[in-house]
Amino acid sequence: MSYLTRRLLTFPLVMLGVSILVFVTIRMVPGDAITAMLGTEAGLLTPAQRDALAGYFGIDQPILVQYWRWLAGVFQGDLGISVTYGRPVLGVILERFPLTLQLALMSMCVALLVGLPAGVFAATRNEKMSDLGVRIFAMIGQSTPNFVVGLLIIYALSAGFGILPVMGEFTPFFEDPLRNLGQMILPAITLGFAFAASVTRISRSAMLDVLSDDYVRTARSKGASKRSVIWRHALPNALIPVVTLSGVEFGYLLGGAVLVEQIYALPGLGRLVLDAILQRDYALVQGCVLFIAFNFMVVNLLVDLAYAALDPRIRLGEGG
Amino acid sequence: MGRNFSAKQVSGLVSGLALAVALGAAVAAGPASAATLRMAWSQDATGLDPHKQTAFSSIRLLELIYEPLVRLDKDLQIVPAVASSWEFSADGTQLTFKLNPNAKFQDGKPVTPADVKASFERILDEKTAAAARANFGSIASIETPDQTTVTFKLSRPDVPLLTAMASINAAIVPAAEITAGSVGTKALGSGPFKLEKWDPNSKEVLTANKDWAGGKIGVDGIDISVLPDETAILASLRTKQIDFALLNDPLVATLVPKETNLILNRTPVLAYHVLQLNPARKPMDNLAVRQAISCAIDRQDVLDTASVGEGKVTGPLTMPGYTTDASTLFCYKRDVEKAKKLMADAGFADGFSATVIAANGEPATAAAEAQVIQSQLAEIGVKLDIKMMELNVYVDAWLKGDFDMAVALNGGRADPYSMYNRYWTKAGNLQKVANYIDDTLDSLMQKGREETDPAKRKAIFADFEKHLVEVSPWVWLYTSYSYTAQQKTVQGFVPTPEGSLFGLSSVSIQQ
Repeated sequence: MSYLTRRLLTFPLVMLGVSILVFVTIRMVPGDAITAMLGTEAGLLTPAQRDALAGYFGIDQPILVQYWRWLAGVFQGDLGISVTYGRPVLGVILERFPLTLQLALMSMCVALLVGLPAGVFAATRNEKMSDLGVRIFAMIGQSTPNFVVGLLIIYALSAGFGILPVMGEFTPFFEDPLRNLGQMILPAITLGFAFAASVTRISRSAMLDVLSDDYVRTARSKGASKRSVIWRHALPNALIPVVTLSGVEFGYLLGGAVLVEQIYALPGLGRLVLDAILQRDYALVQGCVLFIAFNFMVVNLLVDLAYAALDPRIRLGEGG
Repeated sequence: MGRNFSAKQVSGLVSGLALAVALGAAVAAGPASAATLRMAWSQDATGLDPHKQTAFSSIRLLELIYEPLVRLDKDLQIVPAVASSWEFSADGTQLTFKLNPNAKFQDGKPVTPADVKASFERILDEKTAAAARANFGSIASIETPDQTTVTFKLSRPDVPLLTAMASINAAIVPAAEITAGSVGTKALGSGPFKLEKWDPNSKEVLTANKDWAGGKIGVDGIDISVLPDETAILASLRTKQIDFALLNDPLVATLVPKETNLILNRTPVLAYHVLQLNPARKPMDNLAVRQAISCAIDRQDVLDTASVGEGKVTGPLTMPGYTTDASTLFCYKRDVEKAKKLMADAGFADGFSATVIAANGEPATAAAEAQVIQSQLAEIGVKLDIKMMELNVYVDAWLKGDFDMAVALNGGRADPYSMYNRYWTKAGNLQKVANYIDDTLDSLMQKGREETDPAKRKAIFADFEKHLVEVSPWVWLYTSYSYTAQQKTVQGFVPTPEGSLFGLSSVSIQQ
């Protein structure tokens, strides 16, 4: 069996485990869909009223029966109906996903465009003042929470310049690219900021390792220019840890970026999950978590495949 | 992918992004349609069924779309809505409404007595699971003698009934929608605005209902954006992206007056911040201990520290017309010596340990309130452990009465009986949360329900308040404000003590 087939076969097993975990956890937390809807007014309900509501929310059956019904639906491509949206869960998720995907891609771009050159630059100036400057900046970037960065950007733009992108909605890129970028660029910078710092630190140390390798010395002694040595010989080999880091980060970002979405009022996956949990919209929570887990597995697989492409010495699936 | 990056490509991408920022900001700064009110709030509605939704965030939206028979104005006086007049029979067992003949649903059909009857029967039907049903227990039958009259026959005199009907939870919905089972999936009311589009937790689009019987509406519509972070709402107001906003956090609200183009509307509300003691648990079952806690708390200090002084110290009665001078109530002037003596008398000279629960961010001041109370009670030897909980987890514990003490923000009502019968009567639905009742409280509440003379009613509830504070099952702290912020170009908004946004039906935008 090829590596790819074997990896793909583990998908359903992991998904099943995730589904059981999320199904049980969300029901174990005190409070239910009824208290989420009514708050303390739920105390005014008569037992008959409570039963009627439990039936409406589908939480009147034993948990095993509930799980079995839901699972049977999932096998038919039906993730259930969201009680908040009154629509099939999958439709709601797919509506939110383009924003999350775009935000993840854009913030990755920001991070790599800033982080890689900065890391390479710092590695070539090892232990000089400019290296120290980059490292201090990376340290600050990594330790500043992104909601602080977001709030500072919003405050600086609105109070200092009187401008701010339109918030509270999402314009798809192909509908109005300018408006879309206007809405997305600040969140992308906010999210990319901390990640750029990690990329800087990882690429700097990977470059330092590679630059001390024999083949780099050989290339230099054969008269290759410094620039060619760094960008053509050293960088590709220093990229593997960066790809690993980016893959994991990208997987996380596809799960939505709750804080940044809250601050910029972007209707993405992160807020969808958060609101679904707060409102105890069980079907939506389950659907979202499954969807996010699936994306994470796909991204991880792609990262593994990327290793082989980057380094011909790596042969996937041979000897473990 | 990184293999082929050249410096040139990198710089091209960077300048492209910079251009996008500049253009995006330029697009964003452009003007929007003038006659549509652009509005923002941080919490969205959670559903569209006016009989079932009890959360403030839902009611704020539904009040713009649906109408009850009557509503409360800014002074909490009852004024017409779907009904143009009403009358109690002399013995108080019959309540008759005349409907406004011009009242129409948003599909053009008139509002009839049959719709009123069907709406109330839906609320009373246990299968509907309307929490407000608890307020309408006295309705025995509903009659519709002609095309504009509805008569409610009551099983007992029920003076607070009319105020209970002035709630969006008693909205009139079309009988046909009830039969079709579409109430809650489709919003069809008789109110000033029609809901064109709702994307939950993101935005609402409302258009003015030209046929509204209540009068002319000053704007073409309202676009509501959900901006979960209130500092982002303030930033949007500052850059004129929105005209009007609802604010919850007093810390954000107090920043509004610093902006020259903005106005802050600040209205005292009926809801009250309270420290609930649980008299079902030791040692809070001991009157002296509860009184000691009440005497040891400096209510003004809690208000000043937790809520930057935004509010007013209150007793149990928060509605204008019933409030008394709070400083005359038991131990409303902090008295630590008296508190220590009470503790010693009760056999707790060395104090005791207890847990206080509070909900994260609900209200925004909950954690700060718990901390101030913790430090104040430490002075009489009470060691409080603060347990912060997610709102639903908190509500679950609260409803089960599973706490020693709870920091709470409880909703208020225009009528003292409707506000407190759930807690302080023997048959109260939330007696299992309050866990304290005595004959004095119960009999005063029953008298208050039946008394029709306003002056006598006021005296009854003043006695009720005085006794309630003395027996100290809870320690009432303060009432806060509801806040709306608006551009100076927005005119004519009238806030109410219920925090209603119904006043948006009369706003206009100046050019």
